[in-house]
Amino acid sequence: MTDLTKLTIAQAKAKLDAKEITSVELTDAYLSNIEAANGELNAYVSVTADKARSMAKASDERRASGTIGDLEGIPLGIKDLFATQDDHMQAASHILDDFKPRYESTVTSNLWAAGAVQLGKLNMDEFAMGSSNENSYYGPVKNPWKAQGSDKALVPGGSSGGSSAAVASMLCAGATATDTGGSIRQPAAFTGTVGIKPTYGRCSRWGVAAYASSLDQAGSINRDVRDAAIMLKTMASVDLKDTTSVDLPVPNYEAAIGKSMKGMKIGIPKEYRVEGMSKEIEDLWQKGIDWYKAAGAEIVEISLPHTKYALPAYYIVAPAEASSNLARYDGVRYGLRVNGDNIEDMYKKTRAAGFGDEVKLRIMVGTYVLSAGYYDAYYIKAQKVRTLIKKDFEDVFAQGIDVILTPTTPSSAFEIGDKEMASDPVKMYLNDIFTVTVNMAGLPGLSVPAGLDSKGLPLGLQLIGKPFEEETLFQAGHVIEEAAGRFEAKKWW
Amino acid sequence: MSVDITTVKRVAKLARLAVSDAEAEKMQGELNNIIGFIEQLSEVNVEGVEAMTSVVDTTMRRRDDIVNDGNKVDDIVANAPITEDNFFTVPKVIE
Repeated sequence: MTDLTKLTIAQAKAKLDAKEITSVELTDAYLSNIEAANGELNAYVSVTADKARSMAKASDERRASGTIGDLEGIPLGIKDLFATQDDHMQAASHILDDFKPRYESTVTSNLWAAGAVQLGKLNMDEFAMGSSNENSYYGPVKNPWKAQGSDKALVPGGSSGGSSAAVASMLCAGATATDTGGSIRQPAAFTGTVGIKPTYGRCSRWGVAAYASSLDQAGSINRDVRDAAIMLKTMASVDLKDTTSVDLPVPNYEAAIGKSMKGMKIGIPKEYRVEGMSKEIEDLWQKGIDWYKAAGAEIVEISLPHTKYALPAYYIVAPAEASSNLARYDGVRYGLRVNGDNIEDMYKKTRAAGFGDEVKLRIMVGTYVLSAGYYDAYYIKAQKVRTLIKKDFEDVFAQGIDVILTPTTPSSAFEIGDKEMASDPVKMYLNDIFTVTVNMAGLPGLSVPAGLDSKGLPLGLQLIGKPFEEETLFQAGHVIEEAAGRFEAKKWW
Repeated sequence: MSVDITTVKRVAKLARLAVSDAEAEKMQGELNNIIGFIEQLSEVNVEGVEAMTSVVDTTMRRRDDIVNDGNKVDDIVANAPITEDNFFTVPKVIE
C-alpha cells in the first residue's frame, strides 16, 4: 500500500475524489506518524486527535453527499500563532498559559470551510520572534534533515519551525505559517519545503497573535509549489475584521503553474551579492539563472540600492510594534499571572516570568526606540528608509521586471545551540538578510528548494513579485522545482 | 550611541518588565549590539522622504455604524486568571 502521508495535497485530493481513500484513513495515517515522531522532532505543541478524527469523518460524510470543498478532507497543521476555537493557542509562550480562544482566526475558518482537517498546533519561536525555533517555551524543534555523516540536531529555521519540520517529515499535508521578516521562507529553505509569504493584506490577520502588525502576513509551508497555490487560494480573503485585508478577487493560483516563462524578465539584484557570500550559495543562484535562461526568460541585472538598510530598519520597526502589541499581556485578561505587592508589581513579575529572553529583548529595543526623544531619530527614520526600500522595488518593476530571483538564506540549517548565534543576537538576525526586504516593502515572496549543499542539506531560492501577483511567483517557482526536483529528508526519527 | 545600566532599568520599567541586576547587565550588552547595528541608518539621506504609514496603497474601509457583535460576557472572561461577577480582578490600585 502507498504511504498516504507522502502524497501531496493535489495527489491526496485526486485519490479522495477517486474514492480510493477516505479522509479518515488519511487523517489516521498522519496521526500515527505524529505519535511516532513528535517525541523526537517536537514539531507539534498540541495534537488535536479527537477533533481531527471527527472533522475527517464529517468531511467523508460531506463528500458522500456531494459537497466537496477545495481542501476537502486534507489534514493540516496550524502554527500556534493562529486562534483555533477552544484549542491550545499560546504563540509558544509561557505568558499565554492555558489560553484557549473562544473564537477562530479568519484564515483557519477559511480552511475549515473548504473542508480541511486540523491535526494540531505547531511549535514556533515565541510570538514569531526568531530564526531557529529555539525561542519556544516548548523547546526547540529538530530539523528532519541532518548533515551527511553527522548526528547533530539542526534547527528547522524559524519562526515557523514547527510548520517546516512537520511538512518535511510527513506530519501534515501542509501547514499554516506566518512571516514578519522571513519566518516562512527561511524555515522552508532549511527543510527542503516550499514557503509562500503573500502580499501584505492578501490574508486576514484577524485571530493571529500580533508581532509587528505592519509586517505580519499569514501564508503556508508545503511539499511543492502546486500545494502552496492550492492552500493560498483558500487562505486569502477580504475580511471586514481586518481593515488592512485587501478587497481584490482571489485568483485560481494553480492555473498559473506550467505557464511558459518565455519573454519574462527576471531581475537579479546586485546588492544581494553580499560580502562573504559562500560559493555554494552563489553557485545555486547561478543555477537558478541558468534554469530561467533555458526556460526562455530574459535575465536582467538590477539594483535595489537600499537593500543593506532593510535589516537595521526592520530591527527598529518590528520591535517598536512588538513592544506595543505585547503590552496586552499583563496577567489581567488571559494567561499567566504572578502576584505582586501592587498592580504594577504584578504586571512586571507576570511579564518577567511569562516572556522568554528574546521576546524581552525585543520589547526592550522597541520601548527604547519609541521612548521620549528617540522616536524621530529611530522610528520615523526607519519608516522613511522603508519608503525608500519600497521605492527601489517599484522602480525595477516599472522598468519591466516581472519577478526577482535571490537566494533565500545565506546558509543551510545550522546546529541547535550554535554558540556564535547564541552569543550575539545580530548574528542570528542576519539569517533574514535576503527575506526581510520583502516584508518591509509588503511584497509577496516564495522560497523553493533548489539544491543541496556539500553537507547534503537543502538550500532555497527566493522569488519576489509585484504586489498581489502571487500567480507569477507560482508560475516561476514551478520552473525551479521542475529543474531541481524534490528533496526529501532521510528518515531517522 | 550606547545605553548605560540606568537607561536599561528605566526602559525595563517603562516596558513593565522586572529585571534583576544580572539580567539588566546581560541586556545592556545585547541592546548595545542591536543599537550599534541599527545606527547604520544614520548613513541614509532621507531628506524630503515621507515616512511610510501603509505598505499597501489602500483606502481605509468604513463599516456601517451598527452594533454587530457583543453579549459575550462569558467568552470575554473565560480565559482570565481571576474574575468576580464577570469582572476582571486586579490588586488594589488606589490606597
